[in-house]
Amino acid sequence: MSADIPSLPEDIGLPRDNGELLFEAPWEARAFGVAVALHEKGKFEWKAFSQALAAQIRRSELAGQSNPYYESWLAALRVVVTHDKMLTPGDIDIRSELLRHQDDHGHTHSH
Amino acid sequence: MIEDPGVLTKALEALLVEKGLITSERIDELVKSYEEDIGPLRGAQVVARAWSDADYRKRLLEDGRSAVAEFGYIDPHGAELVAVENTEQVHNMVVCTLCSCYPWSVLGLPPAWYKSFAYRSRAVSEPRSVLEEFGLRLPETTEIRVWDSNSDIRYMVLPQRPSGTESMEEKQLAELVTRDSMIGVATIESSNLESA
Repeated sequence: MSADIPSLPEDIGLPRDNGELLFEAPWEARAFGVAVALHEKGKFEWKAFSQALAAQIRRSELAGQSNPYYESWLAALRVVVTHDKMLTPGDIDIRSELLRHQDDHGHTHSH
Repeated sequence: MIEDPGVLTKALEALLVEKGLITSERIDELVKSYEEDIGPLRGAQVVARAWSDADYRKRLLEDGRSAVAEFGYIDPHGAELVAVENTEQVHNMVVCTLCSCYPWSVLGLPPAWYKSFAYRSRAVSEPRSVLEEFGLRLPETTEIRVWDSNSDIRYMVLPQRPSGTESMEEKQLAELVTRDSMIGVATIESSNLESA
């Protein structure tokens, strides 16, 4: 399939499913794992997550901007954990702010 | 929409771990298993068994969830699994029009195109054109059935066994079965036989 683009890094050992990366960034894998782990612990019905995900996808598509899939996934996760009162929006904002601050003062930035 | 998804993900994970609801180790394990172990090879084994064993085929078509559980493959969400069989007259293809529902237990996580707006919106309205874009041109007389997955029911396609494989063992047969043929956007003839 990629015979005409031989420079594709096929051998760098990243997880690929039929040639495609499952996760494009480390946070996508974590966001995936958090949702699956919470469901596994019985913290929400998968149907509820699935509906929240569909709603996020529809929202971004109605706005004419097809967001990257795992952004919708993450937004759905935030909706479900706050709706089910596992976390409050305030907790999440405060922790995000703190992490962003730490990040700004970190030594290495890879972007 | 989300300003910094990396930061938000870290915040959610840290808070949920601190509350004792999940552990980071379990997230590591889950990610690793979906990256390395749970994938379309499972579905290929199921298809090869169905091709080789008429009784298994019957069980698979009657109750997909129980039939794949014989291999130890269990849907993490407890969803039904319905296997739909391709024949000379009928070609089946699977979509999730609303989001990304997919039979994780037998195919792993869906490919990017399965989650794309283009595929989700067009698979139902113009399946024949979509299949042609995948390189699959079906005879006009073939009926195309499109199955819309949801959180309760997941579908997988039981592709037609290619001709010329009568003497093959189950293990060899499994090597012929592609992910795309089990989603129904390819047939085995069109995608894999020449390279096997």
